[in-house]
Amino acid sequence: MHKKPIYKMPITEGSPLHSETIERLLTSYKIMPGGLLPLLHAIQSEIGYIPKTSVSSIARGLNLSRADVHGVISFYHDFKTQPVGRHRVQICRAEACQSMGSRQLEEHAHRTLAIDYHQTTADGQITLEPVYCLGNCACSPSVRIDDDVYARVDTQRFDTLIAALTSTQ
Amino acid sequence: MRRFYIPQDTTALALGADAVATALCALGIEPIRNGSRGLFWLEPLLEIDSVAGRIGFGPVGAKDIKSILEALDSNPSEHPLFLGAVNEIPYLKSQQRLTYARAGLGDPVCLDTYRQLKGFIGLENALAMSPQQIVDEVAQSGLRGRGGAAFPAGIKWQTVLDAPANDTSSAPHKGQKYIVCNADEGDSGTFADRLVMEADPYQLIEGMAIAGLAVGATQGYIYLRSEYPVAYRLLNTAIQRAQQANLLGHNIAGSNKDFHLEVRLGAGAYICGEETSLLESLEGKRGMVRAKPPLPAIEGLFGQPTVVNNVLTLAAVSSILERGAAAYKNYGMGRSRGTLAIQLGGNIKRGGLIELAFGVTLREIIEEYGQGTYSGLPVRAIQVGGPLGAFLPEAQWDTPLDYEAFSAIGAMIGHGGIVVFDDSADMAAQARFAMEFCVAESCGKCTPCRIGAVRGVEVIDRILANENREENVILLHDLCDTMELGSLCAMGGLTPYPVRSALTHFPTDFNRR
Repeated sequence: MHKKPIYKMPITEGSPLHSETIERLLTSYKIMPGGLLPLLHAIQSEIGYIPKTSVSSIARGLNLSRADVHGVISFYHDFKTQPVGRHRVQICRAEACQSMGSRQLEEHAHRTLAIDYHQTTADGQITLEPVYCLGNCACSPSVRIDDDVYARVDTQRFDTLIAALTSTQ
Repeated sequence: MRRFYIPQDTTALALGADAVATALCALGIEPIRNGSRGLFWLEPLLEIDSVAGRIGFGPVGAKDIKSILEALDSNPSEHPLFLGAVNEIPYLKSQQRLTYARAGLGDPVCLDTYRQLKGFIGLENALAMSPQQIVDEVAQSGLRGRGGAAFPAGIKWQTVLDAPANDTSSAPHKGQKYIVCNADEGDSGTFADRLVMEADPYQLIEGMAIAGLAVGATQGYIYLRSEYPVAYRLLNTAIQRAQQANLLGHNIAGSNKDFHLEVRLGAGAYICGEETSLLESLEGKRGMVRAKPPLPAIEGLFGQPTVVNNVLTLAAVSSILERGAAAYKNYGMGRSRGTLAIQLGGNIKRGGLIELAFGVTLREIIEEYGQGTYSGLPVRAIQVGGPLGAFLPEAQWDTPLDYEAFSAIGAMIGHGGIVVFDDSADMAAQARFAMEFCVAESCGKCTPCRIGAVRGVEVIDRILANENREENVILLHDLCDTMELGSLCAMGGLTPYPVRSALTHFPTDFNRR
């Protein structure tokens, strides 16, 4: 775990604000055993994503190689390396929701929002993502919007929920 | 004064429980935000203390509050949403609740409520026992791991108790053993772990502290999936309160024993529910599966002896230490002892949590508890045990829920999730999805899983397009054999189960073109 990069690439720093945030978070997380995931969650929760330019600072701070850090960020579905929409809308694709029509709901969402999964609406409001189970399988189909889960979401309820998001701006 | 209860559980919230609470508050009534009873078809379930015990109304919306309050002052039983005494609802009354005995009774993070409901008795008993005595008690109970693999918990604990911690590793891991709770409940159709964490988190905390005492571990981690924000909040509150009450941390309950506990969030990778991948993730790495041996019990987290148990296994330990091994062992059949948390979901009228001794049949569950499909169409297939479980046709619904009986028909109980599909389900599409899911979630370490799943989707597409159908069906069976026998873990190893069962039991779905 103490690999040192042999060849040092020139470091491109992100915005000064970002590097300040990352340095502050590094101070609190580098002493935590296995702290990389908690650190990445913290960065994402403050900045909204994990800037690619932060990989070198994270690697240096945790005494890892940049490849290690990049490998972890790219392994997990949760971590984003680009800015995402103001709201994250996740549609459950797992079997219980499929048995209640989530495939139709997915199609409807793609059509009405005019985006595919992992894309953001043109107005920057909504990023659409698939999710595999929200643990709400007795009242499917389920949708999560930011930190709230919604049950029995048919196409009509989906439209209502989306309309509520865009009207509260 | 009347007390009102409205749950703060994910499903209840997803059905509008907060709006009900707000409506009550607007009328000057501050409801207790309890956990859910697990009768999800009745959520939001409003409960009220009365002389005859707790009575319920459900499913309740904010608009019903006024009429319910009026009915309470006259004749409650005349209200259309009146359910009578909650304990007498047959769905609940007929269950054998041990792990879920407290679920929904009160505020889940209130320590006094937990104590009043016989909480921490198991921990108190454990503090008066030697580590070997605790391990023996768990072994005698016959408890098997509830995560899916059903490995005897007592044997795992004995291995960790006997394994010396490595003193040469660097601080802070030097001489340390760990208790890791697998709360990465990723299987579709499962919510039993979530219900424990949201309705009775202290039970899990207590079970983990007991495990720590049993094997000599002073640090525990709960690896929780990020899809459970409510559980995350409640667990953190519960841990903080337990620390303040000196039930976690240094010198717990004045016993000179330490046990520290921390929740760590996953990051949306299904594979991290596999125990070695989970350990890698906890160490801050990619969730790549490790080859076994070494077993995590010998070389687990940070290379140290580690107990990795599911939420339900650790929660059951609290009841075992409270009531004794014999009481727990009295439930169940054959080598499947105790109770099973059955999670009924999918296309079902009355979905929810059903805790029963092992041995009940699938048909009893879907017909008597579930009351048929939500859509009203006949049931076509039932998937038991999550996305890696087989699709069972009607001929197999009389199989008792027992680890061995299910394994005898090429199926598995897994974590106890049951997903019902109605007549309109396309089982070929479900088989394709099983492979597609494996493509999305494989960790990529072994070839049969990483490449096999991609090829699986392609072969199924060819079968569906009627390209050399017969040869491709043979090829698909062959691919399933390769994945099952050659994969490093259950992800690639069990993906063939739903695929093969769909092919075998629902062949017409593959011949539509």
